[in-house]
Amino acid sequence: MLGFASAVCYLRRFSKRLCQLAIFIGALCWQALAQAFSSYWNMPRGVTPVSHGIYHLHMVAFWVGVVISSFIFLWMIWIFVRYRHSKGAIPGNVHEHMGVEIVWTVIPIILLVILAIPATKILIKIHDDEKPAMSVKVTGYQWKWNYEYLDQGIRFFSNLATSQAEINNERPPGPNYLLEVDHPLVLPVGEKIRFLITSNDVIHDWWVPDLGVKQDAIPGYVNETWTKIEKVGTYRGECAELCGTYHGFMPIVVKAVSPAAFKQWVAKQKTVSNGLTPTKPKAPAKPMTESELLTLGKTVYGKNCAVCHQTNGKGLPPTFPGLVASPIATGALEGHINIVLHGKKGTAMQAFSEQLSPSEIAAVITYERQAWGNAELNKKAGHPVLVHAADIVKKEIEESGS
Amino acid sequence: MSHAGVGHHHPKGIKRWLYTTNHKDIGTMYLVFALIMFFVAGGMSLIFRIELFRPEHVFIQPQFYNEMITMHGIIMIFGVVMPAAAGLANWMIPPMIGAPDMALPRLNNWSFWLLPFAFSIALSTMFMSGPMPDFGWTFYAPLSTTFGPKSTDFFIFTIHMLGLSSILAALNIAVTIINMRAPKMTWMKMPVFVWSWFITALILLAIMPVLAGGVTMMLMDRNFHTAFFEAAGGGDPILFQHIFWFFGHPEVYVLVVPAFGVISEIIPAFSRKKLFGYHMMVYATIIIAFLGFLVWMHHMFTTGAPIESQLFFMYSTMVIAVPTGVKLFNWMATMHKGSLSFETPMLFAIGFLVIFTIGGVTGIMCALVPSDYQYRGSYFVVAHFHYPLLSAVMAIMAAVYFWLPKWCGKMYSEAMGKWHFWLTVISVNVTFFPQHFIGLAGMPRRVPDYPLQFTDLNQVSTIGAIVMGLSQLLFLYNLIRTVKRGKEAPQRPWDGAKGLEWTLPSPMPYHTFEEAPDELHGYED
Repeated sequence: MLGFASAVCYLRRFSKRLCQLAIFIGALCWQALAQAFSSYWNMPRGVTPVSHGIYHLHMVAFWVGVVISSFIFLWMIWIFVRYRHSKGAIPGNVHEHMGVEIVWTVIPIILLVILAIPATKILIKIHDDEKPAMSVKVTGYQWKWNYEYLDQGIRFFSNLATSQAEINNERPPGPNYLLEVDHPLVLPVGEKIRFLITSNDVIHDWWVPDLGVKQDAIPGYVNETWTKIEKVGTYRGECAELCGTYHGFMPIVVKAVSPAAFKQWVAKQKTVSNGLTPTKPKAPAKPMTESELLTLGKTVYGKNCAVCHQTNGKGLPPTFPGLVASPIATGALEGHINIVLHGKKGTAMQAFSEQLSPSEIAAVITYERQAWGNAELNKKAGHPVLVHAADIVKKEIEESGS
Repeated sequence: MSHAGVGHHHPKGIKRWLYTTNHKDIGTMYLVFALIMFFVAGGMSLIFRIELFRPEHVFIQPQFYNEMITMHGIIMIFGVVMPAAAGLANWMIPPMIGAPDMALPRLNNWSFWLLPFAFSIALSTMFMSGPMPDFGWTFYAPLSTTFGPKSTDFFIFTIHMLGLSSILAALNIAVTIINMRAPKMTWMKMPVFVWSWFITALILLAIMPVLAGGVTMMLMDRNFHTAFFEAAGGGDPILFQHIFWFFGHPEVYVLVVPAFGVISEIIPAFSRKKLFGYHMMVYATIIIAFLGFLVWMHHMFTTGAPIESQLFFMYSTMVIAVPTGVKLFNWMATMHKGSLSFETPMLFAIGFLVIFTIGGVTGIMCALVPSDYQYRGSYFVVAHFHYPLLSAVMAIMAAVYFWLPKWCGKMYSEAMGKWHFWLTVISVNVTFFPQHFIGLAGMPRRVPDYPLQFTDLNQVSTIGAIVMGLSQLLFLYNLIRTVKRGKEAPQRPWDGAKGLEWTLPSPMPYHTFEEAPDELHGYED
């Protein structure tokens, strides 16, 4: 206790310093409040009629809150200054007063009605999803989004593009760290776009603050919402419902372009061979060589597998098993192909047959069976280390036939 | 009236605590258990706050991060605030109503001893080979059912035991209050703390079976091939959320209503003035508890609910602000024209008012469905719900400082208490106030890494959390020091404190009131 008392004395001697510090902290708080009203720390105004409406409602509610709490805090300060026991204050003897009870029941009700009216109006507007110009089906996967343009016949996955090196602190993060994807959702401005939102596994939530859209993606449900973007630009968001280990690593990027540019983009997806239009599984005309397979496999692995199984193949056991000398990667080929094609129910291991092309699947399996010293183990056990796209197509055709 | 322990045969050492049926011993065990769990769950929050000091991986993996946030939430709610409030009920309800002990002492023993075992089961998953529960304290299906780790079954068993413990404790408290009051203590003469706990007990009795039903359905889904929450089997993941939040929202009031009771005792004592609007205070609490059952879907505004139900739950949520405001204004009116002094319990009670006001205001913002579309699942919500919950924690600390002299007959160090208060109230705001802005700027909750623009405020928040954690060590030291070598406390250390508990010597005798008191010693007497 002595030590504590002397510490108090010590601090008292520096009370002037403390006062200065208090003023400094006060100034910081004021700065913080001033910042809060600027857009950087506030809700974005956004680029859709709905997001503007939400922003204004938010600011009205904020100011109502500021008024109520300022009133209470000022009253409190007044009480603390005026009615101190040490200054000889004598307690009053009014302990019940129906009049004031009615006043502080009625005034909050009035304030709440003032908030409820605009809130109801905007909510009705949000639910008006009549006559959309086009529809996009959004499906949440652990941990990526799938976009399907129902009217254009385009369907693709949108994966996190931030490298594992940046996440693991091996390289400085880029400006759009955790907010960048390989294939953004491209949308035309000025058109009413309907989103049909669902999930393939657990509950996700598709949130783009600038669009004022947040909607849960729930397995077994198709939730409907819409947007009408006013300004060309790139708008970023993240998944907003805890969906497992990599919940923080499945961003959303919306690229809003002019209607003409959108038409061009759609046309390009239909013509270019590596466009985003899904095709029936078929093997490329010329089988890839082993080195080509390994190069492609490494890329595919880095993009789709390394998050869980890690770049070094050691995984993050027990949640994510390693692939180094694993029973799958150094076992029978059949089992390996099977798990990559169909996934494992109840885990993050998905059915990649709908996400990757046969060449990519063949390449990644080849890579996994050869990397990290797996090649020697496979050779020793007499298991194949090379898979061609044709094998994958054959397997898929067999299965669909049966 | 006999003095502590004299003429009563009760075992010493560990057996005293294992076999005790005494409301004071059980109250002490609840409070000590809550304090230990407070440091465990607080330590977990420091682990993830330090991880959040920088945008990239700092020192824990995302999987462990999810495990930590899950355990932090579950322990803080079921292992800290609820047991602490139950400890206060055990210690204070019999002396406040003039009873010798709780009505069902053996049940009381069991409802406490379920807790350490329940949490041992939950925490034992840390030492198992698979992951710990990792789906957040809300454990939404199917993340916790089909996709849950093996340890989920331990988690379910823990929840069952906690539910049983809470139901038994609530039953005991309600029965005690109904049957064991002093003859002159009519319902509308009960101290507000007792009223608050009576209402809390009724809420608990209504909601805990619902949660138990929900986790049983989870257990069936996971192990017996039912599909209550599995869409692929014809089940419904949203059903889980309805069940969870039908429990979950009234649960918020289970945490905060006992705090209302504590504040309603402390503010009059240090204002040297009777509680303003006693009747309105009681009615407001009853109305809040009732409305609390009609708002659960405001946690589910983004699940795709139809507009009609969104509007109903928006309005019903906003209506709760009215009785809550009535309570706040009545506390203010109690202080108004009082004669205030600022000992540690009063400081914490004022801290409660400030923090609860901020939490209430952001609560109204969250009630508005369109704005809630932007807040839900973001750090704004994290900041919002930590305010009322920390106000409950501050009320519990206020209660500990207020009644500690009565419990152990010793005075705590006022200087250290004040340091503890100022460090806590400042660090709570440094931790959670910036989180409002992080959320508004677009950072989702429950993410281990985040985009670069959220870095500054996360660092402020982390520093606040570390200070908050360290300042609780001062609280611990003050408590231990008081019990070991505090100064003797008088029978009534606070000159404004009224009520039956202050007519007892400090420390209280082992059997509180062996004969029912004739007078109530309230403000009128």
